[in-house]
Amino acid sequence: MLRFILRRLLVTIPTILVVITITWGLIKLAPGNFYSGEKRLPPAIEKAIRDKYGLDRPWYEQYGKMLWSIVRHGDFGTSLKYEGQSVNGIIRRSLPVSAAVGILAYLLALIVGITAGSIAALKQNSRWDYGSMTLAMLGISLPNFVLGPILVLIFSLSLYWLPPSRWGGFPSRNLILPVITLSAIYMAYIARLARAGMLEVLRSDYIRTARAKGLSEKDVVIKHALRGGLMPVISYTGPALAFLLTGTVVVERIFALPGLGNYFIQASLNRDEPLLIGIVAFIAITLLLMNLLVDIAYAYLDPRVRY
Amino acid sequence: MNEKDGNLLEVKDLRTYFETDDGMVKAVDGISFQLKRGETLGIVGESGSGKSVTNLSIIRLIPDPPGKIVSGEVIFNGQDLLLLTNEAIRKVRGRRIAMIFQDPMTSLNPFMKISKQLMEMTQLHLGHSRAQAQAHAIKMLETVGIPDARARADNYPHEFSGGMRQRVMIAMALSCEPELLIADEPTTALDVTIQAQILELIKTLKKETGTSVILITHDLGVVAGMTDHLIVMYAGKIFEQGKTSELFALPGNPYTKGLLRSVPDPTAEQGKLYQIPGLPPDVAHLKPGCPFAPRCEKVQEICHREFPPFVQLNADHYSLCHFAREVYAESGGGRAS
Repeated sequence: MLRFILRRLLVTIPTILVVITITWGLIKLAPGNFYSGEKRLPPAIEKAIRDKYGLDRPWYEQYGKMLWSIVRHGDFGTSLKYEGQSVNGIIRRSLPVSAAVGILAYLLALIVGITAGSIAALKQNSRWDYGSMTLAMLGISLPNFVLGPILVLIFSLSLYWLPPSRWGGFPSRNLILPVITLSAIYMAYIARLARAGMLEVLRSDYIRTARAKGLSEKDVVIKHALRGGLMPVISYTGPALAFLLTGTVVVERIFALPGLGNYFIQASLNRDEPLLIGIVAFIAITLLLMNLLVDIAYAYLDPRVRY
Repeated sequence: MNEKDGNLLEVKDLRTYFETDDGMVKAVDGISFQLKRGETLGIVGESGSGKSVTNLSIIRLIPDPPGKIVSGEVIFNGQDLLLLTNEAIRKVRGRRIAMIFQDPMTSLNPFMKISKQLMEMTQLHLGHSRAQAQAHAIKMLETVGIPDARARADNYPHEFSGGMRQRVMIAMALSCEPELLIADEPTTALDVTIQAQILELIKTLKKETGTSVILITHDLGVVAGMTDHLIVMYAGKIFEQGKTSELFALPGNPYTKGLLRSVPDPTAEQGKLYQIPGLPPDVAHLKPGCPFAPRCEKVQEICHREFPPFVQLNADHYSLCHFAREVYAESGGGRAS
């Protein structure tokens, strides 16, 4: 097991380097520059900027310098737009915002999704089943840039119950709407996965054995069915958590939260190369780690899986 | 109540139907039989003949929906199981009537240690403490011949072979000393050599504990040496029932005869194996008349028109056929006996 984890961690390193290289390449290939705006800069100033950032150097030199600084010091450099701010500092500052919203949304999605999905499976074709699956369908098909404004319209602008946007620290009532908006699709997806998983397990032979033993329906579900039924949910929730933690672009934008996702859009619009690479690399690392966690959890939960 | 005639189980006119998109499937349609205490009853038939559904109906494990026990009585020790509350039937399951299923590879919970799956039974029904249950589980595993039971108890099912898993299933089923053991094709998924071991084990344990057994199988070779009475099912109906020895010697139903002819005879000359022509009928769309008529060698015009009578051939030998007496006589019954 330990060897497996070490091996997986080692594989992570080249993966991250590839991700960084591709991101860097794409930025370089795109036309335009971070300093070019609507007005053309005077040639002297343009030359000064290009000198300062070494933009006239050969590409391999620029690439090597960037990579070396990351590999050697874990330093992604200084943002081009937020002057004087290091990329690492921006990530460190915005991550808690994204993580707070993300973890809350994750927990909400897990609790509601698993409960609704399991109940739907246990009472298949009942009103519960149809009701929760209709909601899940809505949750999946309604994009969050629609759901968010609708919620704001109802709960902030009509009922005046909740603040419509902005970061208010943790915990605060400002979190409620973004968390619901963010978790809706995950909740819906988890509910459907849980339902499908539970339905399959409830029909399996070993559940019939458990019933034939004389166990109560409650024990059959909790002690025998839940574990196998929720395995599909587990494999989905790892990557889901990675995306939730690292912020989601749309929701942070709608609710004006200073999280990673928001910086991510700004960075791409501004062509802020170091910040963009920093955030992409950070998301990639988180994603890989979460996948590793899922595999570890699998081995722990299913005795048949051994590495 | 029924103790005086020695019947442990009495099934009367049991009907279990399944509602499907294709129509009402009468999986079990008017089955009646008795099982005396300490006896072994065999139920044979092709796939889909209603053997398993009959037995799942006895302990009310028919998935509902789509299945439903429409009518009938299942008198176990003088008590109609079909009238019990859910709470009460759970106290019968596992404790007084235990089941072994066909596929030992999938019938054990893959996420749970063997010991825990066994302990669950006695903790639930006999009120064992953890330690008692643990000790009992190991004792049961030893009884069914698991070597090094103490160490193996903490393994997971996937660490056992198929035959060993079926032994574990048997240990589990017998751990509360049930009065009735229902074995639903216990050897079908196993290698032939393992089959014999498992059957031998069931036989021995039955002798030791005095448990009554219902043995469901499609393998006539299995029932021959194991059972006292035999039921032959086809299309949800009993086609023939009687003492096993009599049924093998003097079958009174063309279907039973066909089944017996299909058993390969290793001493016979090389040649083609006999098989009953055609396929079992679609029980959702049964025509009037005998369900076996399209495949029957003896078929007459009446067979397609009228449902056959259940003819008594002997003290406890019945056959569902218009020509039961003729078939019986052909086999040598009636005159000689």
